[in-house]
Amino acid sequence: MQDRKVTASALAEAFYAKIQKDDPQIGAYLILSGERALEQAGRIDQLATRGETLPPLGGVPIGIKDVLSTRGVRTTAGSKILGNYVPSYDCTAVSRLEAAGAILLGKLNCDEFAMGSSNENSAWHPVRNPRDPTRVPGGSSGGSAAAVAADLAVATLGSDTGGSIRQPASFCGVVGLMPTYGRVSRYGLVAFASSLDHIGPLTKTVKDAAIVLRTIAGRDPMDSTSADLPVPDYVAELQKPVQGLKIGVAKEYLGEGLDPEVRNAVEAAIQKLEKLGCKIVEISLPHTKYAIPTYYIIATAEASSNLARFDGVRYGYRARDARTLSEMYRRTRDEGFGAEVKRRIMLGTYALSAGYYDAYYLKAQKVRTLITRDFEQAFNKVDAIVTPTCPTPAFKLGEKAGDPLAMYLADIYTVTADLAGIPGISVPCGQTRDKLPVGLQILGRHFDEATILRVAHAYEQAATPSA
Amino acid sequence: MKVTAKDVSYVADLANLELNEEERQRMVRDLNSILDYIDLLNELDTSSVQPMAQVSDQYAVDQLEQHSHRFAYAMREDIKEGLRKSLPHDVALQNTPESDGTFFKVPKVIER
Repeated sequence: MQDRKVTASALAEAFYAKIQKDDPQIGAYLILSGERALEQAGRIDQLATRGETLPPLGGVPIGIKDVLSTRGVRTTAGSKILGNYVPSYDCTAVSRLEAAGAILLGKLNCDEFAMGSSNENSAWHPVRNPRDPTRVPGGSSGGSAAAVAADLAVATLGSDTGGSIRQPASFCGVVGLMPTYGRVSRYGLVAFASSLDHIGPLTKTVKDAAIVLRTIAGRDPMDSTSADLPVPDYVAELQKPVQGLKIGVAKEYLGEGLDPEVRNAVEAAIQKLEKLGCKIVEISLPHTKYAIPTYYIIATAEASSNLARFDGVRYGYRARDARTLSEMYRRTRDEGFGAEVKRRIMLGTYALSAGYYDAYYLKAQKVRTLITRDFEQAFNKVDAIVTPTCPTPAFKLGEKAGDPLAMYLADIYTVTADLAGIPGISVPCGQTRDKLPVGLQILGRHFDEATILRVAHAYEQAATPSA
Repeated sequence: MKVTAKDVSYVADLANLELNEEERQRMVRDLNSILDYIDLLNELDTSSVQPMAQVSDQYAVDQLEQHSHRFAYAMREDIKEGLRKSLPHDVALQNTPESDGTFFKVPKVIER
């Protein structure tokens, strides 16, 4: 592009043509932002024409999950209640990508308010897994993973509260990175559970994930939970050797409920890391089995509070012809929210209600401490931990839709990192006999994305047959 | 059974949800099944464990100085103007379902 062999405008048009052709079968995009994309592409092309150096992501076509606010472009969070909502400001992560020259193609489908593990809770339409259209892409960032897998964007942003970046990355065979809590500003993210929400990239390669993270990470005065820490050059860090790194393998992540084919793929990946010179250390994370119940109390409690703002007054959907204010609130929320969102609001409200607060919410907060301590103790012994990202490969559409608990268990290996606030990445590690992708999860210390990216990159290079 | 139809009505009331009869029945079933699973937490004695509300809490609790400084969250001087200018009136009102041009309009709150 710098040499003017291809223009940013032509590249964006080519991606839109591919979206027109392929996306009807997948359903990854909800809203296309063509005007904004072509304006930005025009700016990049002008720079190239003038012979100026292009910014690092100049002309790179991206998509973002529809929970990220975009000025002048509809942002629905996959919900009817925000069906016509047009934000008046941009999410910081998106502004930073555009400032680096990226071109925003559009907004990607997701489970309503990022609540789900299959993308079937989108109020608009489900997403199909590009690797097998009878199967789900995972969730809640299902559109973000499917778009990368189907080459409908070079990179995308998703959000992860209980596994919503890593689990769909695993199901679709792409790379998904959840940074440390506080590493990336969440200004402009539609809030689900504020102590657990993260924004991060989904990409084809680990290097691309490092490039996106380098662009979006760092302190933002608009988000008081963003950490005031220098951002390493994650791309340069990839070149450091992995020899001698201590990699933990936790037996709690390889036990009951793990699909045998997933186990084989992950064990083969662990052997590969050992061949690369990593030292494999057996560790224990004894409170792992308590993570799902802990998560579903904390996440729903926070969601019940965050979603109280949707009342039909200032923005979004409003029920018609209500006679009183109270009736308007109730009917707006009844008609605007889907079944899973209502279920979580109810569970969270129950857990916070008088008489149950100590038994559920306070208890869960204490177990969260224990889960975090497990990781702290483990990271005294090892530099990173590898696990399967998910217990199974992608399941069929409709397979778990009637059973909320079965759906929640799809996140069993990913929720722990959200609770502890540590970073995690899912990198493809082979496939099953049915050609379904399997994901390897690598977890690291707080603010040590560099190490997990480095291990993921070394594994990816070793696993990819050289061209 | 932990949650009864009466509890569902009470909680729906707190959450400003109405829920139709079918949704209420489904909610009783789903909440009980999830809460039964959540009972797993009662296996653990947490009487001497500090609760963790935020990721940064853990560090304060364990007083690991080398880590806690990393979570120096966002204290800043007050800024009179705010970090960003207030939205103009028309922009602030652009998403409301009903307004009179100056205020958000809602159905009557108090009956006369």
